[in-house]
Amino acid sequence: MILTNDGIAIRADHVSRHYQMGATLVRAVEDVTLEIPAGEFVALLGSSGSGKSTLLNLIAGLDRPTSGGIFAHERNLAEMNSEELARHRSHMIGIVFQAFNLLPRMTLEENVELPLRLAGVERSNRMGRVRDAIRHVRLETRLTHRPTELSGGEQQRAALARALVNRPAILLADEPTGNLDSATGDEIMLLLREINETLRMTIVMVTHERPRAERFAHRMILMKDGRLASNGGQP
Amino acid sequence: MKFRDLIELAWRNLREALLRNSLTTLGIAVGVASLVAMLSLGVGLQQMASQRLSSSGLFDAILVAPRGNLRGFARAAGSGPADAESDRPLDDEARQALDHLPNVVEVYPEIRFPTEIRYQGNPYSTIVAGVPASARTGGAYDGMTGSFFSGPDADEAILQIEFARELSRQPDSLLGNELVLRYAERQALPAESEAGASESTGSSAGDAEEDASTGFSVVPREEKLRIVGIVETEPAAGFGGIGRGRVLIPLQVAEKLRAAQTNDFRTMLGAAPGKTAYQSLTVRVKDPSQVKNVEDMIKPMGFATFSLFDATNNLRLVFVVFDLLLGIFGSLALVVASLGIINTLVMAILERRREIGVLKALGAADRDIRRLFFVEAGAMGLLGGVLGVCLGWLIGFGMNFGTNVYLRRQVLPAITVSSVPWWLVGAAIAFSIAVSLAAGLYPASRAAQLNPVEALRYE
Repeated sequence: MILTNDGIAIRADHVSRHYQMGATLVRAVEDVTLEIPAGEFVALLGSSGSGKSTLLNLIAGLDRPTSGGIFAHERNLAEMNSEELARHRSHMIGIVFQAFNLLPRMTLEENVELPLRLAGVERSNRMGRVRDAIRHVRLETRLTHRPTELSGGEQQRAALARALVNRPAILLADEPTGNLDSATGDEIMLLLREINETLRMTIVMVTHERPRAERFAHRMILMKDGRLASNGGQP
Repeated sequence: MKFRDLIELAWRNLREALLRNSLTTLGIAVGVASLVAMLSLGVGLQQMASQRLSSSGLFDAILVAPRGNLRGFARAAGSGPADAESDRPLDDEARQALDHLPNVVEVYPEIRFPTEIRYQGNPYSTIVAGVPASARTGGAYDGMTGSFFSGPDADEAILQIEFARELSRQPDSLLGNELVLRYAERQALPAESEAGASESTGSSAGDAEEDASTGFSVVPREEKLRIVGIVETEPAAGFGGIGRGRVLIPLQVAEKLRAAQTNDFRTMLGAAPGKTAYQSLTVRVKDPSQVKNVEDMIKPMGFATFSLFDATNNLRLVFVVFDLLLGIFGSLALVVASLGIINTLVMAILERRREIGVLKALGAADRDIRRLFFVEAGAMGLLGGVLGVCLGWLIGFGMNFGTNVYLRRQVLPAITVSSVPWWLVGAAIAFSIAVSLAAGLYPASRAAQLNPVEALRYE
């Protein structure tokens, strides 16, 4: 396992996220403080409603904290405007979802190319990067297939290629094996570990499967009722 | 995101909901078609009216007369104080002065006289009118059968179609044939005291010419003329020329004939001895826009002037209002179509909610999402606009076709009631895009403001 020593990739500083649901104030994330060094593979564990996906969204810059600060490579996301957050997601973050979220009318190649289009990468530079990312997840033979023509595991690998294509520093995975059978789930986990090791990418994975997290992640962070229940040994 | 990528994504999205987007685009096309058809009708009618009026020779012409003759007109047209200069005679000297004014093409008197025509031995009573050379470029002779006069002094005649039909059941067969003009030539009587001097003028002025004699006699004459053309409607040769001349001859020939005219007595009594005097002269200018300037130069010379400058301005105003009303009615359909765009795009937001969330998660800024919806709205506007212009043109074509079928049945000449100029094509497409973009404002802004977390949760 390779852990890099080049600083902190993600830092949450007393971060909270509350939202109103009717008359009730939901404290989805409450006063969470943690640090994730660059190159670490972290599993965020917790039961449903524990706040792990909300924390992941905050790290991704898809949501804003109600209070506290959340830093990605020392840049405070809470202080960014929506344009800067979009740039942060485009250049710094790769996201993989439980439901894959590939665009059904696009081929595998076009789905993987999409983040490059959004980032304004020149057309001439795109194809090489798309092919590299697809080679990484071993789907070279499925370039022109649409998502509906791929199996669940292949779709998740395609989503991984899409997340990698912009060469982000941080890969966020929200229940990446949630929709897959055990064997295919293991394949994806192996792929994630390989990405973490070969590309030295920081990975934060939300999961509720403790055994799998223990097998593949460097550290497990446990959340309960929006709070940090265990920091996996870090202070 | 680069513009080309934006276009590609928008195009892909439009193809995705093909039926709905096609119907929306068709709605825009119908709106644009209605706008184009309405405005093309306005433009066509305006062009027809302008063409007819300009070919009448009325709008690039100024009637010049001694102040006494045109006092009524002068007051109406605000020609200035009538007594600023005593009535200056309208003689050859004045004609030359007028001819030398800038932007003046031609200065000529009106020559029009009743006469008898002999064709194949049969007599026909009619009116002969002199046509200035400049009339050739006025457009009135564009659709004529045969040709215009070969020269300003050619012994040739152009017949008005009704008169040609009197001469022959097949008017076209008249071309190249000869007819004989029998007319009364005016001959000056020797002056009582200065007979010798007065005969030397040699002038052959038109309707109001008079020599230095104290009177004139009339002598019957004949002139052979070759028929070179036939015109559908009689083009006027200036003011007062509408509906009277049925045999048209070159003005120079008409002047040379010295034919006696109905107003000769009046002119003779008003003319100064030894001078050629005209009742009126028509000054033709290069362009109707020059009428006012030339009029302003003539008035200080001591003459009264009359032109239809104000009338043309009023006519333009009428057509602007007419076009505006047609445009408003035509635009109503486009406004309704724009509601279709809003509906389509709002539906697209609901359907693509999750996709918008994914795009945002992958790095799309609010601005990108907004622009994407804008481009989709604009593309529908562009396609609808192009299609609408084609449809509008077809409707205009149908209007022209239907009108001309009806006119042909009434034995009337063909006209163009609907015209689609290039500016209308461009303006209609631009307007369609602008309306579509305006309609896309709300959906685009709503899509851009979608919360990505909520959008990603949407099933």
